[in-house]
Amino acid sequence: MNFLSLFVLIPLVMLLGLWLARDIKGVRAVMVTGSSALLVLAAYLTITFLGDRAAGQTGEFLYTASFSWFEPLHIKYSVGVDGISVAMLLLSAVIVFTGTFASWQLKPLTKEYFLWFTLLSLGVFGFFISVDMFAMFMFYEIALIPMYLLIGVWGSGKKEYAAMKLTLMLMGGSAFLMCGIFGIFYGAGGQTMNLYEIANQLGGAHAIPVAQQYIWFPLTFIGFGVLGALFPFHTWSPDGHASAPTAVSMLHAGVLMKLGGYGCFRIAMYLMPEAANELSWIFLILTGISVVYGAFSACVQTDLKYINAYSSVSHCGLVLFAILMINQTACTGAVLQMLSHGLMTALFFALIGMIYGRTHTRDIRELNGLMRIMPFLSVGYIIAGLANLGLPGFSGFIAEMTIFVGSFQNADTFHRVLTIAACCSIVITAVYILRVVGKILYGTCTNEHHLKLTDATWDERFAVICLILCVAALGMAPLWVSDMINDGVLPIVNHIHAAL
Amino acid sequence: MIHLEYMLIISAVMMFAGVFGFLTRKSTLAILLSVELMLNATDLNFAVFNRMLYPDGYEGYFFALFSIAISAAESAIAIAIMINIYRMLKNIQVDELEKMKW
Amino acid sequence: MESTILILLLPFFSFLLLGVFGKWFSHKAAGLVGTAVLAVVALLSYQTAYDYFFLTERTAEGALPTLIPYNVTWLPFFVNGLSFDMGILLDPISVMMLIVISTVSLMVHIYSFGYMHGERGFQRYYAFLSLFTMSMLGLVVATNIFQMYMFWELVGVSSYLLIGFYYQSPAAIAASKKAFIVTRFADLFFLIGILIYGYYCKSFGFDFSQEGFAAGAAMLPLSLFLMFIGGAGKSAMFPLHIWLPDAMEGPTPVSALIHAATMVVAGVFQIARLFPLWIEYAPDTLHIVAWIGAFTAFYAAAVACCQSDIKRVLAFSTISQIAFMMVSLGVCYEYTTGHEHVGSLGFMASMFHLFTHAMFKALLFLGAGCIIHAVHSNEMSAMGGLRKYMPITHITFLIACLAISGIPPFSGFFSKDEILTAAFAYMPAMGWIMTAIAAMTAFYMFRLYFGIFWGTENKELHAEHTPHEAPLTMTFPLMFLAVVTCFAGFIPFGHFVSADNMVYDIHLDWNVAGTSIIIAVASIFLATYMYIGERQPKADALAEKFQKLHRWAYKRFYLDEVYQFVTHRIIFAHISKPIAKFDRRIVDGFFNFLAWGTNGLSTAIRGFQSGSVQKYAFVFLLGTLALLAIMIFA
Repeated sequence: MNFLSLFVLIPLVMLLGLWLARDIKGVRAVMVTGSSALLVLAAYLTITFLGDRAAGQTGEFLYTASFSWFEPLHIKYSVGVDGISVAMLLLSAVIVFTGTFASWQLKPLTKEYFLWFTLLSLGVFGFFISVDMFAMFMFYEIALIPMYLLIGVWGSGKKEYAAMKLTLMLMGGSAFLMCGIFGIFYGAGGQTMNLYEIANQLGGAHAIPVAQQYIWFPLTFIGFGVLGALFPFHTWSPDGHASAPTAVSMLHAGVLMKLGGYGCFRIAMYLMPEAANELSWIFLILTGISVVYGAFSACVQTDLKYINAYSSVSHCGLVLFAILMINQTACTGAVLQMLSHGLMTALFFALIGMIYGRTHTRDIRELNGLMRIMPFLSVGYIIAGLANLGLPGFSGFIAEMTIFVGSFQNADTFHRVLTIAACCSIVITAVYILRVVGKILYGTCTNEHHLKLTDATWDERFAVICLILCVAALGMAPLWVSDMINDGVLPIVNHIHAAL
Repeated sequence: MIHLEYMLIISAVMMFAGVFGFLTRKSTLAILLSVELMLNATDLNFAVFNRMLYPDGYEGYFFALFSIAISAAESAIAIAIMINIYRMLKNIQVDELEKMKW
Repeated sequence: MESTILILLLPFFSFLLLGVFGKWFSHKAAGLVGTAVLAVVALLSYQTAYDYFFLTERTAEGALPTLIPYNVTWLPFFVNGLSFDMGILLDPISVMMLIVISTVSLMVHIYSFGYMHGERGFQRYYAFLSLFTMSMLGLVVATNIFQMYMFWELVGVSSYLLIGFYYQSPAAIAASKKAFIVTRFADLFFLIGILIYGYYCKSFGFDFSQEGFAAGAAMLPLSLFLMFIGGAGKSAMFPLHIWLPDAMEGPTPVSALIHAATMVVAGVFQIARLFPLWIEYAPDTLHIVAWIGAFTAFYAAAVACCQSDIKRVLAFSTISQIAFMMVSLGVCYEYTTGHEHVGSLGFMASMFHLFTHAMFKALLFLGAGCIIHAVHSNEMSAMGGLRKYMPITHITFLIACLAISGIPPFSGFFSKDEILTAAFAYMPAMGWIMTAIAAMTAFYMFRLYFGIFWGTENKELHAEHTPHEAPLTMTFPLMFLAVVTCFAGFIPFGHFVSADNMVYDIHLDWNVAGTSIIIAVASIFLATYMYIGERQPKADALAEKFQKLHRWAYKRFYLDEVYQFVTHRIIFAHISKPIAKFDRRIVDGFFNFLAWGTNGLSTAIRGFQSGSVQKYAFVFLLGTLALLAIMIFA
């Protein structure tokens, strides 16, 4: 038994524990124990991984294990991690952990809520440890389905509509994805679903005939792209995030949207390099649009969550944008951006959820002068905002800079123009962030109902501080994480370049 | 000796009267009667063809008897259902029964 | 030199301490922590400067060496050997800047004790000051352009936080937002410039002898110009200056520190830092800088003549003086010093002016702070006749006014004279333009001086609340800076700072100096004549006569309105809103339409599954008949 499987087993045990739990105390105990265990495990994995790499283990994936599920179709449960997945696992563990605290006081049906929440995290962890396409797809679906219930039951506003829309669009994406995955499977000879084996059979290049790649690449890329908020398939994101309960928004924007970028890179680009190279221009235009368009849209929204959702469209667009630049620096930047955006946006959604929980409105026209009333949350919000607009010292800065430097290495006019357009987003980001900060936090509070509100409770403070520390730690000492990610990116980028 | 054709004509008339009744009548009771009519038409056919094709055998007669028994049971159940529906809805017209669809 | 790292770390720790735990500090303790840390930083800076200028050995040619005591890779970029390094680089300009920043910052820290006394958020204020000081120091000691950019952004953010310190006042909120967004917009160009620089020169560093720079020569002018736009944003060059006057909404000591002495000269410092590249690869572009600077200097001086808010006058004067430094850098056209007044004269003059200006402008702002503290208003109409109430402020303010007007022996005279000499050497026209602007400077500064300390006293207001001299914590920095202003001009500045780090002897060109003194004195007399009296009939008549011009200048030539129009009416209304609508109506509409269409289709075909047995039977019958027909006839 491989210790990576613990990432799936712990949530399973948590599910059992939640099912047996009798009251809210039991539920909380299970959640805290389980999510701390996951966090510890992720930290342990990171340390072990770095240690083993330093000790000279050079395999593309470490800690691999395989277990046959359904031999006739070559479906296996295969696990293994490289630098990218370690980073993503760490991110997921942090967000699940803080998400637990952010939904500490959630009512009603707390137990059921946490059951679905844990199932969702099970899917996410499973996805990141798998190296078998089928297993990845399965975990991907496991992560998607609970979203419907979590939003539909515990959401706010137009929750049924949003839940339905989100699920249908993402399911539509996974239909594309399934076609793509089976196409890859049969295109590569129908012998294995294991990513590494497909990529390296026939000596690596042309594992899949180029003519077929032109069909399967767009399908796979769009399939994952829907989850990664690729324009024009991003519209589930504003409605979905706006209606979702706090921790679900955190987990969704923080981790689930990263599944998209991760999948695009790991499956679509890695296995179909020729098509990726030839077709990248189409998707570069789409992602370039995402980046600028999301930022501009965010400028005129009036609902805090919509602003943040559009900001996520813009930032996640940058992830896909950088991946498509197909070079080491940009791709490392993309993964850094996933990590950084995951943490920042989780922080943002956590704070918005806490503010909404008190004021019962997210409309920026009705909120003002919150700084005096809830100083902790407001300061947290300002920090999140500054991190989001790429302030040095926080993770957004390093990710964006790596992406821009990397994108700039593609010297032709087309890439240059797009890169500069993407750079423009940092100004627009500043506009919408400062607009909100100025409107809701500064000034004097004119709504007398808000005057009596209280500041954050200890569990909320804990969640916010954890996230801020992570964002700052990443932003202040990026070297180790950047090296670790680069270690995972390099083989993939080399593989793509070798095939061209 | 009655000609075979006469028998078949009677059975065909009964059959199509049953079909017509089944398709057009609105009353559940009338539909049930139509079904019985169709069953009787087939029973008659069984007997006729048995007599004509296998004069020494009895399978056709048995089958006719068998189907009469079943149709008796079936009408008992059907009428029971109808009575129940009538109790609930005070009506046994089929187009009034759409409630059962969802 | 090893202690230099502390110069950066100490303010950072004090920021964290005051920022995170400030709530549990008393005002006094917080202020003491901040000030004590800054005092240590200042001492360390002086020690570094002493070590560097007097104890470090010069190279064989006699140049001051460039030292890099620390340099670590902070973030690798994995391509072309590019990486984001963090470190400390000591050379004449960075050491000079260390002195300027730590001195002014220390003075501001001390001054704020009195000025911010009893303000809510006192701890936060000191935390932000520490943050700012840390970032500004990090900016000047940067070992590479990326580190500079990083601290550049941090400086921008601390400026944002400090301008918005009074976060309940709408004007402060708007001003902080504006300052951040305008500079951020300029920084976009800076970033693109950096990217070009890194890509073509294969380095982000400042070691210009590397061969990559020669290889990237073709793209360097573009890159440098883009970076200059970034610098123009921070240094408030026309047309990116609009944020600076509004930034005066922040507390006055902050204006003194950030918006007069240190942050706003970052653009000048950036050009100075990249100066060898400018001279070597982009001398023509450098002259564009000079003309932009000259225009800005003129524009700002013209506006300053008509403002009534004393901080606004000082703000425009700052813009104008920074533009002087820009001009001075821009008029250099040769690296080596063949002629006495050619080449590195401009560089040296610019740095000298940066140094002296930082001191006397901080003095002016701190003085203005005392005045505002005394009369609780920024408007000149609330002042007048203050000289008898506030003697120390009066004298120190006068010294600073004389310095900025270029009257010997105050420091401003020496540095401004060098700038004018450099301008004359470049082109006589430029020299005369700058001399004229210097005259305008003297005029508006004395208009301000007379307006505050002489002129009509606002008796009503003063009776209500008698103006009083500020406490010692506030007057001490004034006196200190006044002393510096009196004597800084005699520092042999060229011995320490010059374009090629060699010793450069300053010669006063008495033709230029004489002209400028005469013109300055004439302007001062004119200002005296117009503004010293109880009433100012001449000035009012003039304003009446050129009513339109006066109004335009007072409204700053309506540039803010233009920006407002472009951002709100064009970008918000015609880009953002349509995009948001497009997203909701078209993109989202399409997916909703898809859902709606699917729904409609299922409704349409639902009839087939009616559940009515009779219909099923009918279809069944038809089907049977059809099959029968096929079997019979086919």
